[in-house]
Amino acid sequence: MDKILKISNLKIQYCTDDAVVYAVNGVNLELERGKSLGLVGETGAGKTTTALGIMNLLPDPQGKYIDGKIYFNGEDIIKQSIQTMRKIRGNKISMIFQDPMTSLNPIMTVGDQVSEVIRLHQKVSRSEATIKSQQMLELVGIPGERYSEYPHQFSGGMKQRVVIAIALACNPELLIADEPTTALDVTIQAQVLELMEKLKKEFNTSLIMITHDLGVVAEMCDKVAIMYCGEIVEYGTLRDIYKGAQHPYTIGLFESIPDLDTKVSRLKPIRGLVPDPSELPPTCKFANRCSKVTEECTKADPLVINVGGIHTVKCHYAKVVD
Amino acid sequence: MSSNPTTQLPYRKKSLWMNAWKRLTKNRMAMLGLGIISLFIFAAIFADYIAPYRYDEQHLDKIFQFPNKEFLLGTDQNGRDILSRIIYGARISLQVGFISVAISAVLGCGLGSVAGYYGDKIDNVIMRVMDVLMAIPNVLLAIVIATTLGPGLQNLMIAVGISSVPSFARLIRASILSVKGQEFVEAARLVGCSDARIIFRHLIPNVLAPIIVQITLSMALSILAASTLSFLGLGIQPPIPEWGAMLSSGRMYIMDYWYLVTFPGIAIAIIILALNLLGDGLRDALDPRMKK
Repeated sequence: MDKILKISNLKIQYCTDDAVVYAVNGVNLELERGKSLGLVGETGAGKTTTALGIMNLLPDPQGKYIDGKIYFNGEDIIKQSIQTMRKIRGNKISMIFQDPMTSLNPIMTVGDQVSEVIRLHQKVSRSEATIKSQQMLELVGIPGERYSEYPHQFSGGMKQRVVIAIALACNPELLIADEPTTALDVTIQAQVLELMEKLKKEFNTSLIMITHDLGVVAEMCDKVAIMYCGEIVEYGTLRDIYKGAQHPYTIGLFESIPDLDTKVSRLKPIRGLVPDPSELPPTCKFANRCSKVTEECTKADPLVINVGGIHTVKCHYAKVVD
Repeated sequence: MSSNPTTQLPYRKKSLWMNAWKRLTKNRMAMLGLGIISLFIFAAIFADYIAPYRYDEQHLDKIFQFPNKEFLLGTDQNGRDILSRIIYGARISLQVGFISVAISAVLGCGLGSVAGYYGDKIDNVIMRVMDVLMAIPNVLLAIVIATTLGPGLQNLMIAVGISSVPSFARLIRASILSVKGQEFVEAARLVGCSDARIIFRHLIPNVLAPIIVQITLSMALSILAASTLSFLGLGIQPPIPEWGAMLSSGRMYIMDYWYLVTFPGIAIAIIILALNLLGDGLRDALDPRMKK
């Protein structure tokens, strides 16, 4: 199948005056056209950095690509010029931010913000862009009459719809959604996810869903990558991860979700804290928190083991299943 | 794309300026300010028809006249009608006020927003130059520029304009810094906006409020600074009337003939008040969040 995105051995570091932060350490990912990938991990795991890396928008001047390649439609994103990237952003690759409250310009009408993207990337007249952006707004469930209203006149869920309209206005091939529902309440979450799902099918857009909500991933994605300390510790299809998780971190994540059927008085968290990303151990990064830790874990960095199909696990004790 | 029959007709969009104008008309004080300013501008343009005398017409037998029927606001030491001189003076004073502020606002906005947006080295270079300019008192700086350029209205406006560039640049840089960290700026970059577009379409409109306040305030200061230069012989040459110059020449007679300085002073006060009222109203009108 035709691969829209292929990331190989991506390494990104943030260099500050007194420390080097190892944000992404050798990530390998692949995404087929029209499919969706869930990128799951806790805060600071490098999910957003990976996403910004794909957009070639690392924070300047601290963020640096150290190694690796990001092929988008066969072209290495890292090597593109600023002008080419500008044409790709918002047009071929779009991104949805976590907080719709702050990602809209407060003094531009929502309609103008949608048509701005259209006019940036397509050779259309002002009035054509207006019509098109109105259609976009209607598509995400906002009446066209609200074109000249300002973001503060919309509710959070409506704003996120506007953000989605902006992201999809140019019919991008790849959509990166960075925790798109975190700032919304649960009922709105469902609506927004449903909308994204529907539009994704309609436009045949590939999706990278960044989240820490395993429920969202189960609903939206075909494949899942679990990130920890800038590494992908487990990768596989939905079934691989949800039914046959092998990495202790993934198992820990599932265990920390409360079960509706059994009554529990306390949640079961993964003990310990994420190691300081500027001082990562050269061995297994999860060793200090792992419940199954052995001596080997603190001696050598585990290799990525393919345990069947596309399911890979980065753990010494991964077992091949047939 | 799915086309919905209801969206065939483009919805008439209201522009930011139309909305702002609508909100402005609802603000009575702002309209009063606008009215006064228009009145002054009108008087300045049609001075030849409105003023009872020419600005340089001397009535040497009637010097220092107290306001009376013949000379509504009295006459000065050369027997010239003060009312006529104020009306003609509006030409110069308003021009100096508007144009020099326009110069400093454009330059200051440009430099300040570039410094604030790019940060780092560019910021350092621009702001250090501004600091050097700021270390010199405004009027002194204007004097230096005016002496270099030579006397004349045009040079006067340039001198006054440049001398207040640093305060604009500082203010705008600080405002841009506070806005540029917000997520919508990153979002604009994500949809492929160029730097120039981000600065002009996204950042500057978001910091209009402090800019407008600064413009109205420095308009007043410019009129006064221009008069200082004129007083020193670097600006407008007599007998062309200008409010500030009228103030400074009448200053010598203030103990005996108070009306020589009072009326030009009142004119300056009124225009500044009007500018401030309008500025306040504009600031509110241009901020869509203030809409009731």
